[in-house]
Amino acid sequence: MTSHIILFKITLIAYFSATVLYLVNVVLKHEKSGKFARWVLFCGIAIHFVNMALRFYEVRYTPVTDLHGSLSFFALCLVVLFLLFDIRYRLPVMGAFISPLALVLMIFAGIAHKPLLELNPILDSWWFPIHITFAFLGNAAFSLAFCAGVMYLLQNRMLKSKRFSALYYRLPSLDTLDSINYASLTIGFPLMTMGIISGAVWAESVWGTYWSWDPKETWALITWFLYAALLHGRLSIGWRGKRAAIFAIIGFCCLLFTFLGVNLLLSGQHTFKALGG
Amino acid sequence: MNILVVGLSHKSAPVEIREKVAFSPTAMAEPLKQMLALPEISEAVIVSTCNRVELYATSRDSEGAISRLKDFLGDYHQLSREKLNEHLYDYQGEAAIKHVLRVAASLDSMVIGEPQILGQIKTAYGYASEYKTAGVILNRFLHKAFSVAKRVRTETAIASNAVSVSFAAVELARKIFSNLEDKTVMLIGAGEMCELAAKHFVNNGVAEVLVTNRTFSKAETLAEEFSGRAVAFENFQDQLHQVDIVLSSTGAPGYVLHADKLSKVLRLRRNKPMFLIDIAVPRDIDPLANKLDSVYLYDVDDLQGVVQANMKERHKEAAEAEAIIEEEIKQFQLWLSTLEVKPTVISLRRKLEEIRQAELQKTFANLAGLDKKERKSIEAMTNAIINKILHKPTSILKDAQNNSDGNLYIDAVRTLFDLPEPTVEPPKEKKPAND
Repeated sequence: MTSHIILFKITLIAYFSATVLYLVNVVLKHEKSGKFARWVLFCGIAIHFVNMALRFYEVRYTPVTDLHGSLSFFALCLVVLFLLFDIRYRLPVMGAFISPLALVLMIFAGIAHKPLLELNPILDSWWFPIHITFAFLGNAAFSLAFCAGVMYLLQNRMLKSKRFSALYYRLPSLDTLDSINYASLTIGFPLMTMGIISGAVWAESVWGTYWSWDPKETWALITWFLYAALLHGRLSIGWRGKRAAIFAIIGFCCLLFTFLGVNLLLSGQHTFKALGG
Repeated sequence: MNILVVGLSHKSAPVEIREKVAFSPTAMAEPLKQMLALPEISEAVIVSTCNRVELYATSRDSEGAISRLKDFLGDYHQLSREKLNEHLYDYQGEAAIKHVLRVAASLDSMVIGEPQILGQIKTAYGYASEYKTAGVILNRFLHKAFSVAKRVRTETAIASNAVSVSFAAVELARKIFSNLEDKTVMLIGAGEMCELAAKHFVNNGVAEVLVTNRTFSKAETLAEEFSGRAVAFENFQDQLHQVDIVLSSTGAPGYVLHADKLSKVLRLRRNKPMFLIDIAVPRDIDPLANKLDSVYLYDVDDLQGVVQANMKERHKEAAEAEAIIEEEIKQFQLWLSTLEVKPTVISLRRKLEEIRQAELQKTFANLAGLDKKERKSIEAMTNAIINKILHKPTSILKDAQNNSDGNLYIDAVRTLFDLPEPTVEPPKEKKPAND
């Protein structure tokens, strides 16, 4: 077992423990386990980051070229962003939504693990880490918006139907959930925009053209327009609440397809085969 | 020594009985002194509230004391024992400890988790210590009850969800708006429940209160009370877009607020959520309004439903509280068992023996030239000193066991000799203090 696998497994265990602790916090209303979960998650991030850095040092390029690396990097971005949000909102109940998501990403990353192929020479550029960091952080922010949207719809439904489950007492107010949705949108949108622009600039330096209607580019553009519409709706038409939550969920589905569906189902320069050279 | 409880509560007796056995809070000296004067009783506390009357006592003869206390309750209030008996309950030993802890933690209350009962027991204890009818055991026991009640309150959510309609409205508002400090409340009409809810909202820091009423002068008086603003009934709808929370209780036969009007108001508000509370019967606000996004309409029945759901939550929390109480009962019983003579004497002996051994070690180390025989005689001498010293205190303790202030001696011995608490070193005999 290489050090990469060992560190990966430790990270996996940390995210698993954080998930269990957050669920204990929410289901059993055990306050301390929520605080503990935060620390466990933080340790998980540290190990995760060290693992990526070691990997980078070993292979001399950013190790996000296959499904394993992408899912794992996505999980890292997600938990980092969540903990940043957590500083402001202090919401262990959100952790109970985010940490299982990170865990699932990591489990699939573990299943998809394969020895790294030779690097496609095109990727041997500083544009590569810049491009993916923007794109993945943007994705993570939209994932937070998605979670907040789901929580909003659950809470909204209970308040409207006047039938309250135990979750009602744990979920924050609609207003808070809506503002998390908005905040993650305002963070995610510029990040995604930067991701697309950096990709275009990079493409120009390699292929001499900014945009080549590769399926990933097309889908990213569709997703970008969706989120642009949501942001516009929020800022100028006064969309909020339920409609914004639903939009964030639809946007996330589109995003998932852009992120995974395109790489796995369609062909083009973003597929893992192409990335592997 | 055994702790006893005799009494009745809202669970065992109707109000007609409860009011007859209630003790007047202004004259507690007499009943407390009479109760303490009963032959089997060593300590006395009387708790009397509108929902329960309970006598707490300690005694060596549990059965005799319980019967005596029941007679006392009947005699004092001139009620026949037969009439009273069917409503009275009694507990002794562990069951009594458990009962009092549950009562203090508000698990036995009509509304679980209500905060008054703890204060009432504190008052009762205050009388008992004023008239010196509570002794070592009840003193310690009631302090235990207070700390357990506090623990239950902080460690469980037993008191955290509203169980009154008006307060439930405030909590619902908190689940819609994250803070109430920049929110505006409008009262339409003047119902008692509405005013109460408005008071709760003001106490929770809402920014502004608007009041409207068909009779404008009424609106003005009410507005003054909340230092708010009165609005003429004819044009209150024009102000609605500034309002986040509406409390409505007019006597109007039809709807005062229609759904289509509200959807226009929402557009003006850019869909900021509105929380509408309709306490009027017949209803003031068109129920269709609840179908609008970002409008949350609650009528009286809905609020009652919320209160019931909250009650259910409290009952769930109560299970956790029971676990805390079980834990504390065990601890308290350990302490109680130290008040028994035998473990105290054993513990005292052990303490002195430890001192003796330590001093012998030191002496023998300094006097290296002693032979075996000399050592033996020094050991025998020190042993004899301890026996002589302990002889009288031991026999006094054993005699005191049968006196009412026996616990005082035992407690004094434990304090004077700094005997270890059983939590540190549990005695071999763990049985509860009943002999």
